[in-house]
Amino acid sequence: MTGTGASLADWVVIAPLLLCLIGGALLIVLRGLVKVQVWVCLAVIVLVIAGDVALFLRVFAEGPLTMTMGNWLPPFGISFTADTTGAGFALASAFVTLCVVLYMQSDTPEGAVRDGVYPLVLLLLAGVSGSFLTGDLFNLYVWFELMLIASFGLMVLAGKPLQLDAAVKYGVLNFVGTTLFLMGLGLLYGALGTLNMADIVGAARNGDAAALTAIAALFVLAFGIKSATFPVNAWLPASYHAPPPAISALMGGLLTKVGAYALLRTLLMLLPEARETLAPVLMAVAVSTAVLGPLSAIAETHLRRSIGFLLIGGVGVMLLCLPSGDISAATGGLSYGFHAMLTFAALYMACGLVERATGQVDTRQMRGLYAANSLLSLVFIVLLLTVAGIPPFLGFWPKLLLLQGFVGIGDWLSLGALLLNALLTLIAGSRLWSHVFWRGTDQAVAPPAGAMAVTALLTLVIVAAGLAPGLMVAAAQLAAADMLNPARYIASVGLSP
Amino acid sequence: MIEPVFAVLVGIFVAAAAYLLLSRALVRVLLGLVLLGNGVNLLILVAGRLTRAVPPIVPAGSEVLPATVANPLPQALILTAIVIGFAMFAFLGVLVFRAYQEIDADHSDRMRLTEPEGEPQPPLEY
Repeated sequence: MTGTGASLADWVVIAPLLLCLIGGALLIVLRGLVKVQVWVCLAVIVLVIAGDVALFLRVFAEGPLTMTMGNWLPPFGISFTADTTGAGFALASAFVTLCVVLYMQSDTPEGAVRDGVYPLVLLLLAGVSGSFLTGDLFNLYVWFELMLIASFGLMVLAGKPLQLDAAVKYGVLNFVGTTLFLMGLGLLYGALGTLNMADIVGAARNGDAAALTAIAALFVLAFGIKSATFPVNAWLPASYHAPPPAISALMGGLLTKVGAYALLRTLLMLLPEARETLAPVLMAVAVSTAVLGPLSAIAETHLRRSIGFLLIGGVGVMLLCLPSGDISAATGGLSYGFHAMLTFAALYMACGLVERATGQVDTRQMRGLYAANSLLSLVFIVLLLTVAGIPPFLGFWPKLLLLQGFVGIGDWLSLGALLLNALLTLIAGSRLWSHVFWRGTDQAVAPPAGAMAVTALLTLVIVAAGLAPGLMVAAAQLAAADMLNPARYIASVGLSP
Repeated sequence: MIEPVFAVLVGIFVAAAAYLLLSRALVRVLLGLVLLGNGVNLLILVAGRLTRAVPPIVPAGSEVLPATVANPLPQALILTAIVIGFAMFAFLGVLVFRAYQEIDADHSDRMRLTEPEGEPQPPLEY
């Protein structure tokens, strides 16, 4: 039952998690040394990024890579399997975390550092990376809970009444979501007798279709809550605007994407037959989320809540590839997830700068920022156009791939929802921009230079990636092919397909 | 064949939890979360087969387990879930108490700071 030990090079699969967990523990030990915290945190994140880059390049070139814990052969040992999807998302999340930690330097009070903001950030990154890299469903649940408890801590850090109110709603609903996930995986274990993802693929082909469909429906509800899909998205606009903007950026960039990733992983790869049965439900969920998100953003005047609604619309777009399971659409969905991580983090960061410059959180009281800060207005409009999917920005390419997929299979409903989402996002975004930047001539103070520079640099990276999308599209094509035909994934774990 | 009885018990736990979770009083919501967690733990135990069997210990001189043994995996899963669930409950308990102190509300209708009621309409012009 035991195999030979993993080679040292294979440790790269769990290096991001180990680094984050050790770094987080170290920072808790070093609590008293307030000045040291940020440097240790930055060093750990840079190492994590280096590990993620090495992992991504190796997985991209050679195919999925597996490490099974304790030399217990799969499916008995807990496997970590990095495929192109997981490695790419892990890399994006580490990069976003680096940008957010740099951004935090201009507005994080010493009290927050004393309360442990940096260990919590590292543990959040550990939870997110673990969710992307694990090859075991129960292990995925554990990483979800780690991510959740770290995000609770970040959300209530200053302990203002607004944050407590938001954290109660966020906490209770997300805890219900993960408990439903636990229920689904318990039933899946009862039905198939395994929790290893590669093993589930084979076992599900011969499993009881009715039972597996019910389990898949539980997963849709559980991950639907986590990724804020309509109609279980009410917690997101009630909570994401309460913490400081940097924390909003971290959560908006990473957390909902993990939920959407789990939905794609379970439904596209593990339970494809149940997905086909549930296709009408998935279609209703994805289409309504994609359309209602930006529609709500038009009616919202609180700046960061309005971005939250655009974020919900983005999750809907990412999930539009689910009902059909078409390869071009799945490529689009996966690359949309990558783009949305970077873009929404940058957008929340830009919102934080606007709030600092105007001293307001509601767009009704903001005006005339264009005259005071033209760079910020440029960054903001570029990010809004990226979200809407206007060429040549990064958001255009995923939407083009989705569009090609929908035209190829004649899925006109998804096509309409995608185009309507783009139009409504453009309307909501241009309204926001003109209200904040173009109205009136009031003088505003300049936002902190360091945070401005980080936001501008992240935007520059997004623009550059949009001008040269070749690598992202090639990686997403490979990721989607492995997701829909997991033969390479299963072989890498060491099971027969 | 004790499974159907346990299945009904899980159903009662989850139904009671759903009833409590729909309440507007936060203390009831917390109790609902505890019940839901326990119902799910029981569900994992049932899903991993219930038999009158010996513990999963390999007898001396043998390399494999005897034919009917209890399934040890659900217990490991439940133990993990209990630990996580308890930590979450402890955090949420403190959170609700702090919210009660700061906002003076243990009722979701009076917790409207994040989504204020009666806000004016968004501007219609540009």
